[in-house]
Amino acid sequence: MTIEATIPNFATGVRLREDKVRGGWVVLAPERVFVPDEHAIAILQLVDGRRTVGGIVDALAAKFDAARDLIATDVIAMLQDLTVKGAIRL
Amino acid sequence: MTPPPLGMLAELTHRCPLQCPYCANPLEMDRASAELDTASWQRVMTEAAELGVLQVHFSGGEPTIRRDLLTLLAHARDLQLYSNLITSGVTLTADSVAALRDAGLDHVQLSFQDSQSAGGDHIGGLQGGHARKLTAARLIREAGFPLTANFVVHRQNLARLPDMIALGEAMGAGRIEIAHVQYYGWGLLNRDALLPMPDQIDRADAVVAEARQRLSGHLVIDYVTPDYYAARPKSCMGGWGRQFMNITPSGRVLPGHAAETLTDLTFPSVRDASLAQIWQTDPAFERYRGTDWMAEPCRSCNRREIDWGGCRCQAFALTGDAAATDPACALSPDHAVMAAAMAAPRSDDFTYRRIGGAPAAVTPP
Repeated sequence: MTIEATIPNFATGVRLREDKVRGGWVVLAPERVFVPDEHAIAILQLVDGRRTVGGIVDALAAKFDAARDLIATDVIAMLQDLTVKGAIRL
Repeated sequence: MTPPPLGMLAELTHRCPLQCPYCANPLEMDRASAELDTASWQRVMTEAAELGVLQVHFSGGEPTIRRDLLTLLAHARDLQLYSNLITSGVTLTADSVAALRDAGLDHVQLSFQDSQSAGGDHIGGLQGGHARKLTAARLIREAGFPLTANFVVHRQNLARLPDMIALGEAMGAGRIEIAHVQYYGWGLLNRDALLPMPDQIDRADAVVAEARQRLSGHLVIDYVTPDYYAARPKSCMGGWGRQFMNITPSGRVLPGHAAETLTDLTFPSVRDASLAQIWQTDPAFERYRGTDWMAEPCRSCNRREIDWGGCRCQAFALTGDAAATDPACALSPDHAVMAAAMAAPRSDDFTYRRIGGAPAAVTPP
């Protein structure tokens, strides 16, 4: 199975939450807080346990009217990074 | 305006069935009659959420001893606070774990004193404690909680570090914390019994490096080389009054759990002021915040906003001056005290942590 066909999800005990005090969004995980940048937030808001990586790339390519290849590289790199950190399961 | 804190440690009680000789609680502990009541803890959590706290770590003592724990967890959930239970696990049953889940608890950190019963029960001072922890780990995982297994390591158990990591893997932990004993309070009192030998630390560093590589993407291992064997200090609590606050059972608000050892500071209480007032204006929180308080060698150091001068409590305990550079730093004029402690003779005897059990006059070693 290619990575684009896999369905990413937040690891158990990890959630994305709006931070109204500071403004923005945060990923709350066991014993740590990740503060994603704008691009990462756009990606993580599409992680819902149903969409595939490819589906997320399609949605972002349409939303930002950008080259699909570029978006795919960014999305995969970010999700893999958060997988190593234990926040995402791919 | 001071940036808001990210996390709050809520020490609900100092009562605990275990008696670990390196307990992070102070030598003089709060008795049950001095503990904050349910409504006060609820108010404190509401104020914390409004201030910007994102995560609450329910700790102790043993937090499950508090009869109102479920009420407090439900309150945290209502406030969208991420809740973490830091527990010894020895009180947990299938029913109580299910109730924790229903109350909205997000994550459990389960402490272990060793990889096996003989060592674990000896250090914890509770016969059968280790076996109960293994049961607790199973119940926690069966209930679907993410689990952090916390192993506190020292000279008397470091030989079994590979077994501890294997145990963490086997119980399905998502994170393993390998925490060297911190030598304040009870730990400092028992330092000669617990401080590892240099070769043990070298071996531990290598064991962790290998395990991290092998488990990358499956399991996160948190590990920091201990101060007594480091060239640079740790960023204690992410800097004084920068990211965390700690509430003691009786309601004192501290920048870190050992702050009350700084005898020249008076810490505020949630009984007298709001958390926002305390965080933003209290003189004890201002005292070592940022870098203005620093003397040399910290003042001109390019790491001053990385390690924030290290730990104030360690500086005070080992040099008598809380504003000194943490002696863990090789640039500290007092750095030799670390090497002297590492070279000191060791003993296997220690004093168990008991409420009212500290020696009348504690002379730091």
